[in-house]
Amino acid sequence: MIKIEHLVKNYGSNCAVDDISFEIKKGEIVGLLGPNGAGKSTTMNILTGYLSSTSGSVTVAGLEVLDHPLEVKKHIGYLPEQPPLYLDMTVEEYLGFNYDLKGCKLNKTKHLEEICELVKIKDVYKRVIKNLSKGYRQRVGIAQALIGNPEVIIFDEPTVGLDPKQIIEVRNLLRNLGRDHTVILSTHILQEVQAVCDRIIIINKGKIVADEKTENITRAVENNRRFNVKICGPQKEVLSMLRSKPGIVMVEPLSQRDGDAYSYLIESEVGVDIRKSLFYSLAEKSWPLVGLEAMGMSIEDIFIAIVDQSSQKSRYEKKNNRTRTRSAEQEYARSALKKTDKKDDGQYSALFGDDDSSKKR
Amino acid sequence: MFAIFKKELRSYFINAIGYVYVGVFLAAAALLCCYTTLGQKSYDTSSYFQMLNFAFIVLIPLLTMKLFSEEKKLRTEQLLMTAPVSVWGMVLGKFFAAFALFLGTVVVSCVNFIPLYSYGQKESLDNPYAVSHIGPVTSEIVICLLGIILIGAAFISIGLFISSLTENQLAAAVATIAVIFTLLVLDMANQYIDVYAIRYVLSWICVISRFSNFTVGILDYSSILYYLSITGVFILLTVRVYDKRRWG
Repeated sequence: MIKIEHLVKNYGSNCAVDDISFEIKKGEIVGLLGPNGAGKSTTMNILTGYLSSTSGSVTVAGLEVLDHPLEVKKHIGYLPEQPPLYLDMTVEEYLGFNYDLKGCKLNKTKHLEEICELVKIKDVYKRVIKNLSKGYRQRVGIAQALIGNPEVIIFDEPTVGLDPKQIIEVRNLLRNLGRDHTVILSTHILQEVQAVCDRIIIINKGKIVADEKTENITRAVENNRRFNVKICGPQKEVLSMLRSKPGIVMVEPLSQRDGDAYSYLIESEVGVDIRKSLFYSLAEKSWPLVGLEAMGMSIEDIFIAIVDQSSQKSRYEKKNNRTRTRSAEQEYARSALKKTDKKDDGQYSALFGDDDSSKKR
Repeated sequence: MFAIFKKELRSYFINAIGYVYVGVFLAAAALLCCYTTLGQKSYDTSSYFQMLNFAFIVLIPLLTMKLFSEEKKLRTEQLLMTAPVSVWGMVLGKFFAAFALFLGTVVVSCVNFIPLYSYGQKESLDNPYAVSHIGPVTSEIVICLLGIILIGAAFISIGLFISSLTENQLAAAVATIAVIFTLLVLDMANQYIDVYAIRYVLSWICVISRFSNFTVGILDYSSILYYLSITGVFILLTVRVYDKRRWG
């Protein structure tokens, strides 16, 4: 449905998007993830034809964006970061204008009614947008993107400014849309991607640093072997007992204290469930276990790890590049290209698999 | 394009700006007409049309200042640019919306000539043996109206272009006022300049000196072409501004 190949966008000397390639199939919900200024919005703006690319090609539904801009735009519904609302119009007028603007052929009243029902803005239909709350404005923006039933829906941070209930509603909406639309979602809220998307593409400094199925990331998250335990008992003795216990690879006393109970961070060996045996050995010594909390590697940890890793790598590359001669540089670029081809099978398996080296700390 | 035309035209009347424009235009036209014809006991409308040009200095920026600058400020241009509408469609839609409102008020302001005609009719009935025609000359008025409309279109396209350069409505308005004012009074500098070539160029560019042919009932093709070219050039430049932003 969407194919991006070697996309580059420079703003003057500043490179916002640096050789990005990916492909999105029909009916996929893809999350674009990245820190601020990573190039998410730029990528989306190029995809929707708002900006041009410096080089590279973008095709939507088999059509090149630059060659057939009007055709491509008909296939896309776009909600930019800041919903593009005319504040002095009523919701009805605004949606009607969008309907006309997109040259929609569906039955107008029925189509608009359906959309309003879907995003739940029927009760503000006759009101002026200026007087609506942020959440409603956001929803009007979403409604705008849905007009004309486009095959591809692109949302740039759709849940910003919504209350928790609305966030859940919007996520459900996105999931429902994903059944018969291709959805691209950009966000820096990680749970959101996890909750909604089939696939996650992480961008940092204009480069794709990870492109994985959400399941893989979730597996890494669930695959936790770290616990925060709270034990009543003399700290030193408890510590030495924990250290000597088989199956535990790391123990670290934490500074939290709750009455006579101290907190410890422990990590078990791969494939060992430490919880039961820990309970029995503590019971033997009559040190009550008052708290046990799983401290799995959160999706945030993974995200930070990936972004950090890529930043370090690029810094390293930069340093090396300075001393390289020109031909060596070309050689390097060639080998780097080869590497990106192979990327899918293993560069990041370390992070998402069971491998011990994936741990950040 | 039609959707944008409709939206712009409606937005003039959702905001106060449309009413302000229409009100000021009609009041200014009525006052000028009263002063230059009835007040001077004359049927000659040429000075009315000349003065009306100066009213455009404040009137046209009212129409054009928000056309693009507001879109830019509210980020709604992103909506227009990602909709299946070409840049030409967007720019022309906006231009014609402003032009339609302008045309409408010019047409309505023609009621100012009714008293002239009724006086003329009465006076010619009173003087059945008058040698020359008594009353306003219709052909002159029609040609002047055509000239005024073309000048309006040219000024609107200038305002449109300036509006696309900034996101500040006030800046757009002030710059448009400055440009229109300059174009109107350019040949006044001629009295201080001795070099013929410069004088020639200035009065060639000056909108008012070109308009003087219209006021005596001459359909001056070169002036018509000049006004139309200004309109076309500035619309083209506006389109270029948007193209450039995409490619920049």
